[in-house]
Parts: sequence; C-alpha cells; structure tokens
Amino acid sequence: MSQKTLTKPGPHPTRVSQPFWDATSQGQLIVQRCQDCERSVFYPRQRCPYCWSAKLEWHEASGRGVIASFIGVYKPGHPAFIDDAPYIVALVDLEEGPRMLSNVINRSPDEPLIGQTVEVVFEAQGNVTLPKFRTVKEGSL
Amino acid sequence: MSNVVDLGGASGAGMAWRAAAAINSGMCETVLCVLANTREAEMPRSPNRNPIREFDTPFGASGANASYAMIAQAHMHAYGTTSEQLATGVVAQRKNAQRNPNAIFHGKHLTVKDVLDSPMVTSPLRLLEIVMPCAGGAAFIVTSTKRARMLQQPLVEIAGAGEKVTHRAISGAPSLTSGPLKPSIANAYKQAGVGAKDIDLLSFYDCYSIMLPVTAEDAGFCKPGEGGRWLTEHDFSPEGDLPMNTHGGQLSCGQADLAGGMSHIIEAVRQLRGNTPDRQIANAEHALVTGNGATLSEAVALVLRGKGSK
Repeated sequence: MSQKTLTKPGPHPTRVSQPFWDATSQGQLIVQRCQDCERSVFYPRQRCPYCWSAKLEWHEASGRGVIASFIGVYKPGHPAFIDDAPYIVALVDLEEGPRMLSNVINRSPDEPLIGQTVEVVFEAQGNVTLPKFRTVKEGSL
Repeated sequence: MSNVVDLGGASGAGMAWRAAAAINSGMCETVLCVLANTREAEMPRSPNRNPIREFDTPFGASGANASYAMIAQAHMHAYGTTSEQLATGVVAQRKNAQRNPNAIFHGKHLTVKDVLDSPMVTSPLRLLEIVMPCAGGAAFIVTSTKRARMLQQPLVEIAGAGEKVTHRAISGAPSLTSGPLKPSIANAYKQAGVGAKDIDLLSFYDCYSIMLPVTAEDAGFCKPGEGGRWLTEHDFSPEGDLPMNTHGGQLSCGQADLAGGMSHIIEAVRQLRGNTPDRQIANAEHALVTGNGATLSEAVALVLRGKGSK
C-alpha cells in the first residue's frame, strides 16, 4: 500500500521549542517555568502567557500527569497514521500544571480513562522523539 | 471582538475605522490594533505560526474531529451524557431536513439506531454525528435600516452580537465542556435586551452532535450538564416548543466549508421574514444564531430580530 511509504508529520522545531525536542531525544520531559509568576508553561513560548514575563526557564517535569480527556482515533485525518488505528489521543494534565496533548500507548480507547494517572514514555518517530504516556496504578512508581 | 485585517499596506488605516465601528456598535469599549514583524532569521514559532502543527499533529490528532471528540468525551464523563442522547439531536434535525429540499440529506430518513450503528470515526463520535463536507455557497446582504425599510422584504435586524476567542490548540482550552460561545451569547442577549425565553429559533452551529447540548447549555436553555437530557425532552420541529435548525442544520445540509456556518444565518433570516412556507415557525420574532470555529476556540453569537406578530 502506498500509505506505508508515507511519513508521519513531525514537529518543525524553532529556536524557542528546540530545547524541548533536544530533551525528549535524551529521554527527558522539560517544560518552561516563569521566574516571575512561577507558573509552568507549555507549549514553549517566548513570553509567559500569564504575566508576559520574558524570564522563562526550562525545568525537568516529573513525567507524571492525569488524563483530562481522551479520544480513540479510528479514521485518522492523516493517512500515515492509518496502520496505527485505533489509537488513543489524550489531554494530559502534567503535575506541574500545563495540559499537553499526546498518546496513551498501553490502553484501549473503549476503556474509561479520564482521571487515570499516567507517566511519560519516549518513542522515536522519524528523526524526533515524542513524549507519550502510559497509565500507571496510583502509587506504583 | 477579534479581527484579522489584511489589506496589505492599507491594513493599519483599515484597522482604525474598523475599531471605531466596533466601538460605535457596542461590541467593545477599547480595541487594541497590532501590526508587527520580526527580522530574525528563524521564525519564533512553527513555520505556519501554529502550535497545533508542532504539538498536536505529530501525535495523529489532526483536524477538528479530535478537538470536538475530546469535548464530547469530557461532557459524557462529567455529566453522564450518552451517545443515544446525542443521536436524538441528530435525528431531530434530520427530520427537519425532510422539509428542506436543498438539504443534502433531504429524502434520507434517519433513526437513533442508524446513528449508533454508523462507524466510529473519532470516539466517542460516530460518522453520522460529524458534518459531511459538500460543495455549495451562501451569501447575505447587510444594509442600513433606512435602506432596508424601502425594500420589499420584511426587515430583519441584528439586535445583538457577541464574539470571543479563547485559545488555539485544544490543550489550551479554558474548559472542555463549555466554550467561548457562553460569553458571546451573553453579550448578544444583553445588546438585544432578550434572554433564552425570548428566542423563537435556535439556529445553532452543529459541526458535531455534541455542539447541540453544549450550545444549549452555554445559551441558558438548560443548566450546565443537562444538555444531553434536554435533547430528549423537546420538540425541535417548526411547530415544536423549541424550533432548532429548521433547515436541518449542517449535519443534514452538509458543510460547504465556511458557507455551512452561514446557512444558520440564512435560515434565521428566512424564518424571521416568514419566507419558509414549508417549515415556517409561527410568529417568529427572535433567532439566536451561533458559530464556532477551530477547536471550539472562537465563537460568535447573533440575536436577529424580525417583526414577528406577537
């Protein structure tokens, strides 16, 4: 099938976001934190979206979070994902505060997953490493 | 109020009078007009300036389906809304479409079971809960009240409007069960001096089944979380207690890209003029028109007022 030769669309890192992708390639999840209002920020910004400060610093995140919502993708919008369907896309509330969209790789989309605790895992996709998540039992880490 | 003005070198001057028009019409009190550029070799954000492209698409979450399914899942989890309830709304609109020969699904009847048996596309949303793209167009003319009174068609006024933009990627949404429609509708009601009880036609933007209960909640037709049950408790036909999308909505008319959303204005104007002999609401005076875009991140609400005969 021609779709097997399709490449999944990767991110196009910018000067602002490059540290995030450099970290994932080393197996680290980092998010920015504002030195003025102390809130964590994701996706990467030049300025804090809460207080407009330019003093944003990268910090390693715990990698743990809670699923806020999720979907099962049965008919992907991009044909390169067809062989993976159905797969789970979830909104994960990181312990540091920001909400991140990612995949949950160890569950089925017909399970009730909202509120479940997840931890980050890293998966290569093309020439980048994506931070994905798997559910864990509370207190099992 | 949020407005991208692109008139090339005339953009700055074009923004100034548009800001004044927005203030004079009561849409806002203060307008920030911004034009800027960077001479940095690298763009500070993704090449298309869109966080969705960098942080959503690589995870297989492209398109609106993902965002609205997230909202549906969150609504079901928080409030116990069911697929059966959402299907009831789709079927009610399909019933209305049988009186609109221009609806793409005119002549095609639907049951709740048909909706529930349709293929899962992005769970929890199924094929028949998602608008079908089609070809088409829509247009309307806005003129002064003075000029409109000289014309043959009955006058329909924009009695109130509201607009709000809250985020870009769905991960930045302030809420997953309510949207920028809520403040937009509140502003439209306030300007028009009306409330939910005064609305004779609910002309709700229905890109997905979940938008019917979410919009009903944001518009005050029921309390937050009651939208699913609300769908099963009312008659949404032109003769019903709450006529809604009497043209069949986009779920039955098809979505001709941006013209799909405009269909909700066209139907409202026709109903308020009394121009829909096959599906006319008796004495319709006020219509609430909504529109929402992208990831339920941008919303507009209009209260249109006709003469009615109350």
